[in-house]
Amino acid sequence: MKKLDYPFSVEAVRKLKVGDMVLITGKLFTGRDAVHKYLHDGNKPPVNLKNQIIYHCGPVTMKDKNGKWTVTAAGPTTSIREEPYQWEVIRDYGIVGVIGKGGMGQKTLDACKEYGCVYLHAVGGAAQVLAEKIKSVDGLFLEEFGLPEAIWELSVVDFPVVVTMDAHGNSLHKEVEAHSKEIMKEIL
Amino acid sequence: MAKKAAFKKKATKKVSVKKVVKVVKKLNGPQQTIESLLELIRITSTVVPDDVFKAIERNAKNEEKNTTADYAMGIIKENIDLAKYKSQPLCQDTGTVIFYIYHPAGFHQTTFKELIKKSVTLATKKGYLRQNSVNSLTGENAGTNLGEGHPSIHFYEHKGSEVEVKLVLKGGGCENVSAQYSLPNTALSAGRDLEGVRKVIIDAVYKAQGKGCGPGALGVCVGGDRADSAYYAKKQLLRKLDDSNPNKDLDKLEKEIVETCNKLGIGPMGFGGKTTLLSCKITSANRVPASFFVTISYMCWAFRRQGIVMNKNFAIKKWLY
Repeated sequence: MKKLDYPFSVEAVRKLKVGDMVLITGKLFTGRDAVHKYLHDGNKPPVNLKNQIIYHCGPVTMKDKNGKWTVTAAGPTTSIREEPYQWEVIRDYGIVGVIGKGGMGQKTLDACKEYGCVYLHAVGGAAQVLAEKIKSVDGLFLEEFGLPEAIWELSVVDFPVVVTMDAHGNSLHKEVEAHSKEIMKEIL
Repeated sequence: MAKKAAFKKKATKKVSVKKVVKVVKKLNGPQQTIESLLELIRITSTVVPDDVFKAIERNAKNEEKNTTADYAMGIIKENIDLAKYKSQPLCQDTGTVIFYIYHPAGFHQTTFKELIKKSVTLATKKGYLRQNSVNSLTGENAGTNLGEGHPSIHFYEHKGSEVEVKLVLKGGGCENVSAQYSLPNTALSAGRDLEGVRKVIIDAVYKAQGKGCGPGALGVCVGGDRADSAYYAKKQLLRKLDDSNPNKDLDKLEKEIVETCNKLGIGPMGFGGKTTLLSCKITSANRVPASFFVTISYMCWAFRRQGIVMNKNFAIKKWLY
């Protein structure tokens, strides 16, 4: 088990390799469809994303009587929908990590290699385990997109992920798909 | 309307205690139904059925220790425990809400439908369901989980005297990797026979990789038109994972597909590993000579399915899974 602690850096993520099981402690910013399109359309992010990690997640959030937010469910959403935008977001805003599920395509893989970023796979459906790792909600941006689509700034401790696309051009998704294709050919 | 008017007329008369009790009971009926349905939704969203848990536990033991597959299965099991303990949704995508209702003759479907809608709205307010229903044309989310076609409700008249309600919450990620094939399929050399059916099911599992939040469970229908094929395939998800198919050929095929798919090495979440599929359930429907559809409904590991039998007062008498 490896650790990735805040502040994050290109150097730190370049050390990670496909298959590494990693516990992240520090800051995450959620961002899904609306945020990625917004950034892709040339709008500046409301927070500095340099050396930060983006989490493809539309959390279930609750506000208590004192106006304090808590996250009650926070599993990853399917990442491939951000494939048209992700490489630009990595290039233009200097993010060093993307958390999601299902993996991403060649454009993102190339950007990870060129600019120094990793794709970190969280366990899909594990909304409770992942919400437990969120210790506080520190910010809410672009609320006008609706709560699941907004940017949530979260503090996490030991947030569990697996590196499935590293900064050296390797993708576990490509490997597993190629391997299973060979086996399927034999079976059929 | 006529009924309502008659009721009003009666109510203005002096009524006996017996009659008052009867009226109160009638008024409590809807309230009790809503309470029972709300509890069904809560349990379905937060607890996986026993048969699914057993399948996950059994398969988790097969994974090699300290691999990413073992790690993923560990988190999955932890999530199942935590969701139950906290009474919170297993997955934040609480899916399409699908009801299957089996009722005796003379049952008021329209009234029951309204009570289902009220229960779904209430369950959304309480956070057992996410605000998950979007108008496909305007993108508007009313925040109630109600709208054209939502929730999905199917009624069946049965011979029994009790009302049975089954509920499936079908997540979007696994729905997106579900598939329909038309046989023959030249690319897969799949003909119009069970061997062809086997090939397209394996192809669907291969194409899904980890994107449907595997290990998955399949419901399959061989035949039917495009719409019925999809409907019957999904309905196979109501079967317990450890049951047997009464059709011997299909039973054999179900077992063979699970065994074969678990050799593909896709594994939990597509990380690689031994557990790609938890189960496969197959049914068939007649087709016209020109068509031969095979539809595969993929369900994620967070297999949310539950059912209740209601007593005469619409309280929960028994859980079905």
